[in-house]
Amino acid sequence: MTALEVRGLNKSFGGLRVTGGVNLIVEPGERRLIIGQNGAGKTTLFNLITGELSIDAGQVLLFGSNITRAPTRRRAHMGLARTYQIITLFPGETLLRNVTLSLLGLSPLRWNPLARLDRQQHLVDKALAALSRVGLQHLADRPVAQTSYGERRRVEIAMALAQEPKVLLLDEPFAGLSVEERGDVLRLIGSIPRDVTIVMIEHDMDVALEFAERITLLHFGQVVVEGSRAEVVEHPRTKEIYLGA
Amino acid sequence: MKRIAIAVALLILATVPLWIGNSFYINIAAQVLIYAIFALSLNILAGYAGLVTLGHAGLFGVAAYTAGLLITSGHGQLVVALGSCAMTIAIAGVFAVLALRGTGLGFVMITVALGEICWGLAFRWISVTNGDNGVTINVRPHPFGFSLESAEAFYWATFAVFLLTIGSMAVFVASPFGAALRGTRDQPRRMTALGYNVWLTRFLAFLFSGFWSAVAGLLYLYYNQFISPEAVSLSSSAEALLMVIAGGSGTLLGPVIGAGLVVIMKDVASAYISRWNFVLGAIFVLIVVFMPDGLVPGSMRAWRWLNSRRVRTPVAATATPAIEVADDGA
Repeated sequence: MTALEVRGLNKSFGGLRVTGGVNLIVEPGERRLIIGQNGAGKTTLFNLITGELSIDAGQVLLFGSNITRAPTRRRAHMGLARTYQIITLFPGETLLRNVTLSLLGLSPLRWNPLARLDRQQHLVDKALAALSRVGLQHLADRPVAQTSYGERRRVEIAMALAQEPKVLLLDEPFAGLSVEERGDVLRLIGSIPRDVTIVMIEHDMDVALEFAERITLLHFGQVVVEGSRAEVVEHPRTKEIYLGA
Repeated sequence: MKRIAIAVALLILATVPLWIGNSFYINIAAQVLIYAIFALSLNILAGYAGLVTLGHAGLFGVAAYTAGLLITSGHGQLVVALGSCAMTIAIAGVFAVLALRGTGLGFVMITVALGEICWGLAFRWISVTNGDNGVTINVRPHPFGFSLESAEAFYWATFAVFLLTIGSMAVFVASPFGAALRGTRDQPRRMTALGYNVWLTRFLAFLFSGFWSAVAGLLYLYYNQFISPEAVSLSSSAEALLMVIAGGSGTLLGPVIGAGLVVIMKDVASAYISRWNFVLGAIFVLIVVFMPDGLVPGSMRAWRWLNSRRVRTPVAATATPAIEVADDGA
């Protein structure tokens, strides 16, 4: 059974076709890299997979279950998590509260108007563990607004990992990071166990190629090349469209 | 320190009738508490959910009119209270279903329209609401046999309800649901991706807010023993929003301070200043310019700033002689 399967996905904004018949099969535990120029439809593909954009035609399957019509929140409960290209955190809250909110999203406790959130020790412990995993436990009580860009990127990943997803979509996790921070985040992503399937969009080929097992090249909303790392890098179309001759 | 300040504030509020003495001012204090409850209910939506509504007086009016009509048709106080709250929560549900279809300015405009429908019904459905003449009740309730006819008794009853309101708000805000609601205000898209049902979270917040609007509406009716379309109008909704914004939306104390400011300007300062609404407008402009988050968060920021200056000053004082010694030595 595939972890994530996309069949004939189509999406248009008015007369502009942004995704045209995309097919994608990602095996359990795979590390898949999605590459393509700006405007190739990479983030749109993620938005279609998570349900944040509605699909014109096609299907999305998560571990064999057709989730095409499932709302975004339901997909999160089924094990699909993502990070955002543009950091999307809760700026007035602490790092701990950000990760706690992520954990709470999958807990029935989120409907409780009587309990005290900061006394839910099991959630606090799990949130601290997730922050520790990304090396930010010492900043747990600091508001997001007082952290660096690199730390925020890591909080994004901590929030996604805290939900213990089966499939994790990472949208340009290295964007805006220094060389040193990129190394840290790469090591962090490399440490994610194999029971989590990862699909990542990334422009930085140096770090991305180190991560990828299979690569999909998108161009104007269509899959142009797909294969192993070596196959895609050597493919003439990749050089023509993406890497440059 | 914070607990001591809260205890002192509660003690002052609890003893208002003892040290004010004058019935007129005790009644003003009761009005402040009624509007504080109303503003706190609006704060759930405008402050914690980020849903700025200009139709909330509609819910306040539904509660007061329902209670007034039930009382005039001879129902007992328990039926009146329960019926009024149930009707208001139901209407709040209708408001939510309709208004949550819009976002931003669209949401605001839908709430304006819904509030205006309520006002229109109060004003034009004369066979039921008595139109412009409003609904009058003859007596205040006697909960557990206690008469609320005197200004002091009514104030203490209102104060007890106010304590219940602010206590329930504090619990709500600190709860997982309260945190989720704030999350839907700050990052609704992210919240959906994290597994939250943003629409249902907001809908339930609407019902909770509707309930406390009903409580405020009931107290308003009992206080005035009269309800007219004026209480349901757009200006009443705007006034409540002004209380929330002026005091500080998304805080527990802000709407209470805002209610105090507006009620005192309207009912006390108006006796001395004929253009009191001009003064209120000027105060609001000053708040927006100098404390855009509202009086409570703005005052807290100013206090922190003053404290930080006080801490820095001794350091500068000790540094100066050190330089002088060095100069002498040279």
